[in-house]
Amino acid sequence: MKIAVCVKAVPDTETKVAIGADKKDIDRTGVRYIASPYDEFAIEEAIRLKEKLGGETVGFSLGGNEAVDVLRDALARGLDSAVHLKDDLFNNLDPLSTAKALAAAIADGGFDLILCGQQGVGGDNNQVPAILAELLKLPQATVVVKLEIDGPKFKAEREIEGAHEMVEGTLPAVISAQKGLNEPRYPSIKGVMAARRKEITTKDAAALGVKDAIESSKAKVRIVEFSLPPSRPQGKKIEGDAASQAKELVQLLRNEARVI
Amino acid sequence: MAQGILVFIEQRNGRIRKASLEALSEAIRKAKLVGGDVSAAILGDGVQALTAEIVKYNPAKIYCTESAELKEYATESYADVLSEIIKKADPRFVFAANTALSRDLIPRVATRFDAPCISDAVDISVNDNSLEVTKPIYSAKASGKFAFNNPISFVTLRPNVFAAEPASNGSQPVIENVAAPPLNVRAKVTETHAATGTKIELSEASIVVSGGRGIKGPENWGVLQNLCDVLGAALGASRAVVDAGWIDHQHQVGQTGKTVSPQLYIACGISGAMQHLAGMSSSKVIVAINKDADAPIFKLATYSVVGDVLEIVPKIAEEVKRINEN
Repeated sequence: MKIAVCVKAVPDTETKVAIGADKKDIDRTGVRYIASPYDEFAIEEAIRLKEKLGGETVGFSLGGNEAVDVLRDALARGLDSAVHLKDDLFNNLDPLSTAKALAAAIADGGFDLILCGQQGVGGDNNQVPAILAELLKLPQATVVVKLEIDGPKFKAEREIEGAHEMVEGTLPAVISAQKGLNEPRYPSIKGVMAARRKEITTKDAAALGVKDAIESSKAKVRIVEFSLPPSRPQGKKIEGDAASQAKELVQLLRNEARVI
Repeated sequence: MAQGILVFIEQRNGRIRKASLEALSEAIRKAKLVGGDVSAAILGDGVQALTAEIVKYNPAKIYCTESAELKEYATESYADVLSEIIKKADPRFVFAANTALSRDLIPRVATRFDAPCISDAVDISVNDNSLEVTKPIYSAKASGKFAFNNPISFVTLRPNVFAAEPASNGSQPVIENVAAPPLNVRAKVTETHAATGTKIELSEASIVVSGGRGIKGPENWGVLQNLCDVLGAALGASRAVVDAGWIDHQHQVGQTGKTVSPQLYIACGISGAMQHLAGMSSSKVIVAINKDADAPIFKLATYSVVGDVLEIVPKIAEEVKRINEN
């Protein structure tokens, strides 16, 4: 079984976000990068499947040098090798362009399974896995909390509003991981040592043959500006004992806020 | 040239999603400004009967694909049919509600048109005769405003943010039946299990009551559920209590859970970690109840109540019940 895992380096979720001077990006000064939290479930699932079924696991990440650190960490957890997609053209890519680069890198690799996190924290688009599946002409199951592989078939449990859906399909397929799929492991010291000897191949837009395709899709959507959300107005403090607090709150919700 | 807005109307088990009607209303408001007509697309098994509900919003046209093969949602069959309808309608924009189904479907369909898609819009404005879409980014710590430069572009709209307004008058829309193309489905739904205890879906609820560590233990969910029942609210939870196994992940609000934008969010015993705020900071009115007066949640709260959740929440429920009965 050959498994591709797509990983995105994103600002640490504890980052205090500030807007960059040109308002087209966040201020990246001093930002620490991590693998997008959902991608950790994808990495873990790939390692577990390999442990069970044998085969090979390859990580893919698009971005600047921060992507190398995140790939190195994935190798330390147990992926076999990694591919870094790096090009000035790849700066601040929209989901369609990102997926085009990933699809080009993955397409001819003979992968049975492509695992992604269900959402890249930051852009918060939830789009790349489905776009990737379409570009690779593969079936998909997104937001998956349970995955079983049985020969050439997969069985996935996905989370929808107020319910879980069981999806069955054929491999190769694209699966996006949701929290609950597994408990990701931390890299071991041995894993960290081993990761130093594992290979990270770098590929640019020309090598991937996506220069024109990405220049075209990149031009289709434009960032007008980034801004901080407006701060909420100063709230009201409700004092007194529990009974009078409850009474006043209900009165305010009915007559002032008019929400109940 | 492509013009107008096509709205994908989602239905499940014979019911149209409210969030889809919100998207349809927003499309009608915006089409007045960018030009062109609004059309709606609905697909499934037995959906002809649902067009009456769409008619109330007065789109110019409704595309309807009726097929027993579309009874259960499958990414590929829905993508095939919706793409077929889009080709017929040739719209400049395609709107859909940002739901679990849309997140699975819309990016895939947009890709067939090599088109851009902005998901989870919370504001849509018109500039230079085109749409600009604002969405939360970085877990709602910032917003991004985006503009399109393509003959066709896709937008998914966050539920509960845009008003659904049935038209007061109007003409009868044209209903066009579109035959389903031959469908090839490689991944299909075999079973659906409703989550236990979920009475009202979180992301579409107009009131959400959420619990955190301050409820002291899973045995006390009943206290919150009782308030949910009197308010018609959905039950949410913080990551801390989901990780502790007090409640299913389905209820989690926040970065690794659901994003909600209700009219009223009542945070009970939730301190307000950054990752929780990411999922609820766009709520219209926020009530925070916490015994720690310094809890970060109070910075966001419209109404702050310092005190013990288990003491105050039952009294709120009683008070609401008393007023409802009078």
